[in-house]
Amino acid sequence: MEVVQMQRRFVEYAASLFREGFLDGQFTQLQQLQDESNPDFVVEVVSLFFEDSEKLLNDLSRALDQQNVDFKRVDSHVHQLKGSSSSIGAQRVKNACIAFRNYCEEQNTDACLSCLQQVKQEYSLVKSKLETLFRVSARSLLLKDKTNLESGFQTSFSKSDC
Amino acid sequence: MPDEIGGFDLSPGHSEEEAHVLAVDDSLVDRKVIERLLKISSCKVTAVDSGRRALQFLGLDEEKNSAALDGLKVDLIITDYCMPGMTGYELLKKIKESSTFRETPVVIMSSENILTRIDRCLEEGAEDFIVKPVKLSDVKRLKDYMTREDRDGNEGRGINKRKLGEACDVSPSFSSSPPSISSSSSSWSAPSSPTSLDSPTRRLKTSTCD
Repeated sequence: MEVVQMQRRFVEYAASLFREGFLDGQFTQLQQLQDESNPDFVVEVVSLFFEDSEKLLNDLSRALDQQNVDFKRVDSHVHQLKGSSSSIGAQRVKNACIAFRNYCEEQNTDACLSCLQQVKQEYSLVKSKLETLFRVSARSLLLKDKTNLESGFQTSFSKSDC
Repeated sequence: MPDEIGGFDLSPGHSEEEAHVLAVDDSLVDRKVIERLLKISSCKVTAVDSGRRALQFLGLDEEKNSAALDGLKVDLIITDYCMPGMTGYELLKKIKESSTFRETPVVIMSSENILTRIDRCLEEGAEDFIVKPVKLSDVKRLKDYMTREDRDGNEGRGINKRKLGEACDVSPSFSSSPPSISSSSSSWSAPSSPTSLDSPTRRLKTSTCD
């Protein structure tokens, strides 16, 4: 049955993200905070994370591009990024930030630039994976609704019923 | 509605009103999460992005004593430690200095599990210290302060309820191995430090946990 396959795909894909360390237990916490009254909670928080991160990554690029790098400022941005990635469970981004901060302390520009590349890479990976996850999830829900309608079921229990 | 974890007597007839929490955090992502965590735990939430705004909300900003705006009831203040401008620690001090809100429990959140920081906050009168990222089990524990404060008056911040809280932690179904140790047993897992021995005993008696 298509719906079941779709849902299984979602579950498997999500499981792989945890297995590969892209996501950690904090993401599961967020999933637990989602319910019928707040059906889009995870997507909303993650979207905020994307916006926030993109701004921080730009700020970081600019800060490291200066003649005299202000490492305190760089560290502050990385600290923020570390915080928000930790709050949504983006484990690899968080870990990349932790390494980054060590080099900020050492005031090592080259190492920082390299860390920034690393963070950008991890960020872009987790972003694309989360977007895929949301797409698969939305599709499975739509399909479930469609199937239920066709077979005359009530959709009152469906998450997409806002 | 979220599950009520058994073992926590949230005193049924305690209050018809929901507890009102003031949450302070400069991170938009964290504000959204803490707000949801609190709401799902049946609290009313006011979330602000700075210590300054928190003081304004509480009516403490201009040192006016008309702080207790009629009907304004704050049962708990939860604040991030690291914030630009005014830190959570500075905010804590200001709250404890005020006559109107000094009895209101204040909880500090921080992404860093630094013992001296924790001690300093507790010595200044913080109720608890939560290491980020904040989880549902952390928030459920907070509800305890709010109801018991009202019921008992002050004493009774025993370690036992917190330990129960840890045991009731919801375990993720397919997460990878748990993240750093600091995130689960937040505030009281640190071994006792010499500097805190002279702190008010009320808080200290709970620091002997293992």
